[in-house]
Amino acid sequence: MPETDTPRVLVLACGALAREILDVVAMNRWRHVTLECLPVGLHNRPEQIPAAVEQRLAAASQTYDRILVGYADCGTGGLLDPIVDRYGATRLPGAHCYEFFATSPRFAELHEAEIGTLYLTDYLVKHFDRVVWRGLGLDRHPQLLDTYFGNYTRLVYLSQRPTPRLVNSAEAAAERLGLRFEHIATSYGDLETSIAEFAAAADLRLPQLAESV
Amino acid sequence: MSDDQELDLSALPDDELVAQMHDDLYDGLADEIAEGTNILLAREWTASDVLNEALVEGMRIVGIDFRDGILFVPEVLLAANAMKAGMKILRPLLAETGADTIGKVVIGTVKGDIHDIGKNLVAMMLEGAGFDVIDLGINTDVDEYLDALDEHKPDILGMSALLTTTMPYMKVVIDTMVERGIRNDYLVLVGGAPLNAEFGEAVGADAYCRDAAVASDTAKELVLRRRMMASEDA
Repeated sequence: MPETDTPRVLVLACGALAREILDVVAMNRWRHVTLECLPVGLHNRPEQIPAAVEQRLAAASQTYDRILVGYADCGTGGLLDPIVDRYGATRLPGAHCYEFFATSPRFAELHEAEIGTLYLTDYLVKHFDRVVWRGLGLDRHPQLLDTYFGNYTRLVYLSQRPTPRLVNSAEAAAERLGLRFEHIATSYGDLETSIAEFAAAADLRLPQLAESV
Repeated sequence: MSDDQELDLSALPDDELVAQMHDDLYDGLADEIAEGTNILLAREWTASDVLNEALVEGMRIVGIDFRDGILFVPEVLLAANAMKAGMKILRPLLAETGADTIGKVVIGTVKGDIHDIGKNLVAMMLEGAGFDVIDLGINTDVDEYLDALDEHKPDILGMSALLTTTMPYMKVVIDTMVERGIRNDYLVLVGGAPLNAEFGEAVGADAYCRDAAVASDTAKELVLRRRMMASEDA
């Protein structure tokens, strides 16, 4: 089949989801999907996410037939949705990656049970020191620990592909922050189902996709 | 003199000391702010003048650089902690001298939300601006807000949220105020990282405040405007 007949599908995602999205794409053998990631530093600056996504969508919408924005609301206060709609793209469900990994009903239960909960994913455990500790300036100003986390009581590690090393690291992070530790294995949750739905919709609209996979 | 030699704050004339305190506030040096505050008071400055010229002005500079992306959250928190050190000294003196308050504010983080960094900054800036602030803390439900309004009869109700999932609770509070016929008795200000002006308007607030400095300016402006309108009506 000529290259030009292949639908062009882009997943434009948060850098913190790169490995997980690549895993889901590989498991499903979606060879036609291109993954692009925005800097993970936006995790700590959510007010900058809509503009960063829009800038990339403006260019990518000329090149790709379908685009999945690999962000939840992520603290943008609903400002991401009109941008996603304007470019005819789709975004991941929920308020945060914690929510779609845990799935919404389970996440609501967790929040309801203990609102002072800090959530970490595989990515945040692996990069806890850079994204959380140094990202919040705690390496330079450890006296701010209580200002940031004084109202938190527990840390829940929502794991995608847990290893003993990652669980130990998550537990160490909890200890560093003075929080009780819990581990819940979520796998990919709604991330996987959302990408599958997106791919299925692409298949429906672009029948030649089935041949290209 | 070498750069790392300790500066003797008490040797500085007033204008240089105040400028140094602005720098110290910017650098989050709580001990130096406390020392500078005590020196100015010993020179018979009023608590109100120390507050406005040294602390509030210093935080105004911090606020501008935060807005412009020159300072980041950790530095602002350190500056706030330094201001707190000065406020701790000034607060009893301000109460003792009966300094006029601009008005009264009841403030709290909404139900389901434990984030209070922004709310605490706003409370501190409002106090610095001359408001009497009643802080309800975190995870505040509608009954706690309404009981506090009833008890303290403030000019302003302030609500804060950090989570997309908790910010809609502001509408629950405002709608309940409308149902009880008390909405127009108060100014309602809302703020928090995921909020914006459209959201503030949609939930029926009087104003959305994007940061603590804006909250302070907006509170002053709206309270004064309301009082002028009330005096014109009278």
